[in-house]
Amino acid sequence: MLSDKDRIFTNLYGLHDFRLKGAQARGDWSGTKELLAKGRDWIIEEMKTSGLRGRGGAGFPTGLKWSFMPKEVGTRPHYLVVNADEGEPGTCKDRDIMRYDPHKLVEGCLLAGFAMSAHAAYIYIRGEFIREAENLQVAIDEARAAGLIGKDACGSGWEFEVYVHRGGGAYICGEETALIQSLEGKKGQPRLKPPFPAGVGLYGCPTTVNNVESIAVAPTILRRGGAWFSGLGRPKNSGTKVFCISGHVEQPCNVEEEMGIPLKELIEKHAGGVRGGWDNLLGIIPGGSSVPVLTKDICDTVLMDFDSLRDVRSGLGTAAVIVMDKSTDIVRAITRLSKFYKHESCGQCTPCREGTGWMWRVMERMCTGKASIEEIDQLDDVTRQVEGHTICALGDAAAWPIQGLIRSFRPELERRIREARANARAA
Amino acid sequence: MSGSASDNTVQPASFAFTAENLAKAKAAIAKYPPGRQRSAVMPILDIAQRQEGWLPLAAMNAVAEMLDLAPIRVYEVATFYTMFQLKPVGKVHMQVCTNLPCMLRGSDEIVETCKRELGVGLGETTADGKFTLSEVECLGACVNAPVIWIGDDYYEDLDADSTRKIIAQLKAGEMPNAGSQTGRKGAAPIGGPTTLKTIAGGEA
Repeated sequence: MLSDKDRIFTNLYGLHDFRLKGAQARGDWSGTKELLAKGRDWIIEEMKTSGLRGRGGAGFPTGLKWSFMPKEVGTRPHYLVVNADEGEPGTCKDRDIMRYDPHKLVEGCLLAGFAMSAHAAYIYIRGEFIREAENLQVAIDEARAAGLIGKDACGSGWEFEVYVHRGGGAYICGEETALIQSLEGKKGQPRLKPPFPAGVGLYGCPTTVNNVESIAVAPTILRRGGAWFSGLGRPKNSGTKVFCISGHVEQPCNVEEEMGIPLKELIEKHAGGVRGGWDNLLGIIPGGSSVPVLTKDICDTVLMDFDSLRDVRSGLGTAAVIVMDKSTDIVRAITRLSKFYKHESCGQCTPCREGTGWMWRVMERMCTGKASIEEIDQLDDVTRQVEGHTICALGDAAAWPIQGLIRSFRPELERRIREARANARAA
Repeated sequence: MSGSASDNTVQPASFAFTAENLAKAKAAIAKYPPGRQRSAVMPILDIAQRQEGWLPLAAMNAVAEMLDLAPIRVYEVATFYTMFQLKPVGKVHMQVCTNLPCMLRGSDEIVETCKRELGVGLGETTADGKFTLSEVECLGACVNAPVIWIGDDYYEDLDADSTRKIIAQLKAGEMPNAGSQTGRKGAAPIGGPTTLKTIAGGEA
């Protein structure tokens, strides 16, 4: 188990002061000027050494992403945009970072922004996080008043500002190009890539979009060294991670643990175990609503990191662990997710706009068994016509949970259909 | 996407920001580079909505004028984002999350309790215009499920009893305590954290 001295989010539960004084007592903003003095290349190299992979779901190496920004600033300014539009069902980690450890994010913005030659960061926070945005603003104002950001950030000579931008309740804005559109004051509809944001992003300027957790861990990584972070976890899946454990566990909670921790250990050690015991487990969605559900036999042994979960045809995603015990109506559970994706489709691409509604309606019939056996394959086929045929990954995210259901729980779908038919005949 | 501004909603003829809100709107514009005032459209629509309780057409038009935008550019934003209320809602807007993590922890019962206590269905407003009950998508507080969003706060770790209590308090004109209704701190496990026990640093 990870020891407290290797935990980054030391105020994850809000037991201590989130303000500047408390944050400094926990080590934030210490030696920031010296880190900046080591220069851009050093910061980016150190982030590459750490092996940090983006904590928003896709797992792209963060240091590499930063290195894609142009080396020289041309006529267009550079921007750092922080994705705080947390809304992937199951996920509630960025919320607690922003309300309880906001200075880690603000300091991370400065270090990341400096490394990519940006003078401004915009933190796009979901609109419903009103209190969280308030705490974040307190931290920004404190940092500015203390000279940690502003005209001469930490006395480094680098000018840096951080702004909070509140969203309006649209899941799609968690997709980085939709987020940029929204930040520009438009509907949050994803853009085609290329061009990538590092070339043409916010206001047509070079932009990097990073998840809250990715940015908030950067100051500690730089202080303790990339090698420290890469020494935790497993190769290519290094470091620590905030896991959100929800659903049918005795004690739902957020916890920071080492990457690669066995799923079973994570749940039993921190969440009090599965309700009714491990053998009462039906399945787990290990990385937020978009990734396929795992059956119990896989949960018994799987490790919680990007590559281990990919190997069992699911994903780490946002590390939001949704636990379902045997009382769960698994078909209804996945149907609820289908309804969500239908609601959140931005309507831009036809396969997603039409497909999410179509899939949801069929799933509603699967719940009650009012379908035919052949429709299971037809449904699977439609998910594959949506998957990979849209501008952004929302179409994929809508397809994968259904594919996972069919792959792992096909007998249950068939049972309902046969039962509904038998009942109809009997009536 | 949220509904249209049409149907039988009575639209006020005019809208004007209060002096205080006008200052807030100008401060919102100042967050963005010169010429990029369009970025402030959502923050300013939010200010207008907070002032009026909902977002009338006249307010959208005023925002368009303030930001030098064609009105359609404001309408398309207001209709895209679900937080903008294009029809009047009750003074207390109870938005119940029913997404999977909340569903697994009993949001069906929370919805039923709200319906029963308020005497309205989802998407409806009480006859006295005080309460609106809505279903909302994932609020991002899943380990504290089930959750209701009211005003600027989340009410978490709910069951039927605590939901009834909250509604009773709201009916009596009181503000219930926000956050976890079981009294746990943040997203720590019930019964206390399993980690960070050795961490000091700043009293809360």
